[in-house]
Amino acid sequence: MIPEGNAGILLGVEDLLVRRGGATVLDISRLQVFDGEVLSLIGPNGAGKSTLLLALSGLLKPLRGRLLFRGREIRDPFVYRRRVAMVFQEPLLFDMTVFDNVASGLRIRGLGRAEIRRAVSAYLERFGIGHLAGRSARKLSGGEAQRTSLARAFITQPEIIFLDEPFSALDSPTREGLVGDLERILCQTRTTAILSTHDQSEALRLAHRVAVIGGGRIMQVGPVDEVMNRPADGFVASFVGVETVLSGRVVRVSKGLFTASVKGGGEIEAVGAVRTGDPVLCCIRPENITISTDSKPAETSARNRFSGTIRKITPLGLFLRVHVDCGFELVSYLTSQSLEGLSLAPGKEVTASFKATAVHVIVRQSSPPA
Amino acid sequence: MDLILEGFRKAFSLVFTLDAEVLGITLLSLKVSGLATLISLVIGISVGTAVALTRFPGRPIVVSLINTGMGLPPVVVGLFVTIFLWRSGPLGFLEILYTPAAIILAQSIIATPIVTGISLAAIQHLPADLRLQILALGATRVQTVWMLVREARLPLLAAVMAGFGGVISEVGASIMVGGNIKGYSRVLTTATVMETSRGNFDMAIALGIILLLLSFMVNALLTLIQQRERPR
Repeated sequence: MIPEGNAGILLGVEDLLVRRGGATVLDISRLQVFDGEVLSLIGPNGAGKSTLLLALSGLLKPLRGRLLFRGREIRDPFVYRRRVAMVFQEPLLFDMTVFDNVASGLRIRGLGRAEIRRAVSAYLERFGIGHLAGRSARKLSGGEAQRTSLARAFITQPEIIFLDEPFSALDSPTREGLVGDLERILCQTRTTAILSTHDQSEALRLAHRVAVIGGGRIMQVGPVDEVMNRPADGFVASFVGVETVLSGRVVRVSKGLFTASVKGGGEIEAVGAVRTGDPVLCCIRPENITISTDSKPAETSARNRFSGTIRKITPLGLFLRVHVDCGFELVSYLTSQSLEGLSLAPGKEVTASFKATAVHVIVRQSSPPA
Repeated sequence: MDLILEGFRKAFSLVFTLDAEVLGITLLSLKVSGLATLISLVIGISVGTAVALTRFPGRPIVVSLINTGMGLPPVVVGLFVTIFLWRSGPLGFLEILYTPAAIILAQSIIATPIVTGISLAAIQHLPADLRLQILALGATRVQTVWMLVREARLPLLAAVMAGFGGVISEVGASIMVGGNIKGYSRVLTTATVMETSRGNFDMAIALGIILLLLSFMVNALLTLIQQRERPR
């Protein structure tokens, strides 16, 4: 979670430069990771996400740059690596039992047998693999193997956990279960996590903040909804998609329909299995938002109507993107014919509407950043 | 045909009555080749792992030298070990020519490149990120190397087999540096050569059977390991 005010920066990066084969693969002027937050690195393959994680975890020595952990420059990567943990895309398990795999980090640290046994049992249960303790790691399914890998990382109680696309090699139902468990465990342990992914939905579910990486640089970093709603440039927009993402909390539920009060003061009606008080992200695709200049409630099936002002209009080739400020921001796609027909221009008062069923709801365990 | 049948009959009785000379030769063979394999393992696994895990100028040349060494002709090794151990040679002061120690030395030289080459390949074939994963778990450099070697244990076992299989069946170097002295430096292969040349086929067949059995056991174990599922 993002601390309020000036609370702890856990990890700081300054002027990080990594070159490989004469080419710059990473060039990060500044990045800060806050204590307890989940920061997601998103970007296409080859953008430098993995390289950044390796550099942040002390596994790759950058050509230049400073890495500050709890305000102090990291001098001995070995000491630092014992305080953090890393999970790779491949489970990279050792050719031994699940129990021994999960115990390996503790054995490396020279812990006693009884202590190791106690901790391993607890973490096996936590990741739902208690029944696999005695099984050879070679005989695990993809999901079980990645659970083992996660348990092996979490058991050392790292101050930061680095997760390099941990779910991308898994099929979709397996991934769904694992993302849910990781979400729960991150929430329980309040472990600071940096998660790279090329899957935006993972970032939406797990992250408090998002950093979009492209060509070895950070293109944009900020709270999830901010990055999704206000992509800093064309690259970020093309990668994150241009959904409107509104974070809020469920205030009323009735017959499948619920009302969430969102940041900026609006109330959105949507459909989903939620409970009152649940923190949610409401995602609305721009093609589902209708703009009208008629402020009177029309006879339509759209349950959500908000009046606002046009903040910005951006041409996108065959159509235009219209940003409407309703206290929160809604983004809609319009054809140039509609734009002319309604004579829309920045500053004009309009009504934006969308159906409750057009809202894609993501229920989160922890509250999205305020 | 009778010659062969008679040979086998006598050979089996030599083997199964535990003939003192046959037993002595077999035990010496096992001792000499076992020790040579052990020495080659210590050097070979260390060098192979070091070359696999480091990058330095001239590395490709070192790797191809190791690979060439895997096919080192035993007679050439025998020749050079003899020259070095010759009374007037550089290592003549050791006075170990025509002793079991000389055979161990020669066989170690033959087996070391084999073990080094297989170790190198075994460590290199581990997933590239495995080393990073071990480091990420907080391992020291020594712990990392140890864990990698342990992960490569199955192919490394193959290195043991190949090294041992190579030297137990080698004859050229053993006869040149060991001298095939009865009851002292006579091993299975050198004894087989001698008995055959003398026409003592029963003894030669007996020794041959033992060598085959050892070779078979080594290969059977190797096959068993190879047939096991590869670790991910």
